Amino acid sequence: MVEQDLSLRLKEVSVKRRGKTILGPINLELSGSGFTIVLGPNGAGKTTLLKVLHGIERISTGSVKWSISEGKAQQMQAYVFQRPVMLRRSVRQNLGYPLQLLGLPKPVIASKVLEWSERIGLATMLDHPAPRLSGGEKQKLALGRALIRKPKVLFLDEPCANLDGRSTREIETVLQHANRTGTRVIMTTHDLGQARRLASDAVFLLNGRIHDHGPTPDFLSAPATAEAKAFFQGDIVE
Amino acid sequence: MNDIWAGLLAAFRLIVTLDPDLVEITLRSLQVSLSALVIASCLALPFGTWLAIRRFRFRRATIATLNALMGLPPVVVGLIVYLLLSRSGPFGVLGLLFTPAAMIIAQVIIITPLIASITHQAMRELWSEYHDLLISLNTSNRQRIATLIWDGRRALLTGALAGFGRAIGEVGAIMIVGGNIDHATRVLTTAIALETGKGDFALALGLGFVLIALALLVNFTIHSLSRTERDRIW
Repeated sequence: MVEQDLSLRLKEVSVKRRGKTILGPINLELSGSGFTIVLGPNGAGKTTLLKVLHGIERISTGSVKWSISEGKAQQMQAYVFQRPVMLRRSVRQNLGYPLQLLGLPKPVIASKVLEWSERIGLATMLDHPAPRLSGGEKQKLALGRALIRKPKVLFLDEPCANLDGRSTREIETVLQHANRTGTRVIMTTHDLGQARRLASDAVFLLNGRIHDHGPTPDFLSAPATAEAKAFFQGDIVE
Repeated sequence: MNDIWAGLLAAFRLIVTLDPDLVEITLRSLQVSLSALVIASCLALPFGTWLAIRRFRFRRATIATLNALMGLPPVVVGLIVYLLLSRSGPFGVLGLLFTPAAMIIAQVIIITPLIASITHQAMRELWSEYHDLLISLNTSNRQRIATLIWDGRRALLTGALAGFGRAIGEVGAIMIVGGNIDHATRVLTTAIALETGKGDFALALGLGFVLIALALLVNFTIHSLSRTERDRIW
């Protein structure tokens, strides 16, 4: 089977809630196997954009089109939420849950769980209750659980917010490895340093609109618009 | 006060001597109420969970009705089941009236709304916690319900025990549809009503204490089996 290249096109997409426009109108095209970082201040619509891309946010106008059928595209995506959702089960069961949903045989699930628990550094904690993990461990578990199905596209919403340097580095290592082995990553962040370390291209979002979009590192050092420039220099943009 | 002491004494004597009549009606009480509990749980747990995760047009009305049905008067349920099962009723041919089966049917009708309503309350909170993840993982409704029931089993246990409590202590409906026939449909509550009517307070009280002890025993057993309130509560 020839693997189809996955690409996504957003056309005049906007999201309105109670008469207020949260996002859009947005035109955006994402393809290839890069690492896209979505930057912007609080309330710019980063999370909403990510949810629109993932297909779990109702859009008011416009269209989101994948290069393959919607059902297939859904199966190939995973999403890591800003506040990781932990099932009230052990770490082992949390990691295996997405595979269990697919109805895979138990030995296969067990070996994959073992493999991924080592990769995310939770191998010694497999029988701990997941809701009792620390913030960093929860985030790593959520990342492992998202990657265990080998998604073609991975969405991450501020995966390193509130994490210390070491946890951030561990997560970044896992992300870079996933990206190298064929997972398209689309991630929001506040952290410009992280954007510089990881991104192959960046989107700058302000007040619900895409202000600027370009490949890194050129884009981060010399953005086209004044607002993006100010934001990248560390000024407060409203 | 004398009556209560005499009751305690009677209860003690009945239990120690393993009075065959007492054993028989106690077992029948358990059989009827546990069967009703199992059937009602099979209906109410998935339904209550489904109500928590689905949005549809008459959802509010359904939930309000369900909550109202929690207070369904057992006597009225008994009367309706009686009319349905009586010889001239639509299900008369089944010959179920005045059998334990009729009592189970009546109790299922009484406790299903109660369990479903408690399930819905508990599942609503769990669903708001899991919502994003389960939607993102592209789960089917069936998988969502199964996940929620499994992870919320502790809360559901409370609902099931409340249902059991209502079933085992209920007298109005099973008196009507069961008929309190000796060696056939007599259970603890109907026996107590009968002995009280006859003026044998000691025996009535004795049966009453057995009933309370039974309810406690079942609760403790289920709790220890499911290991609630022990290590790893979440």
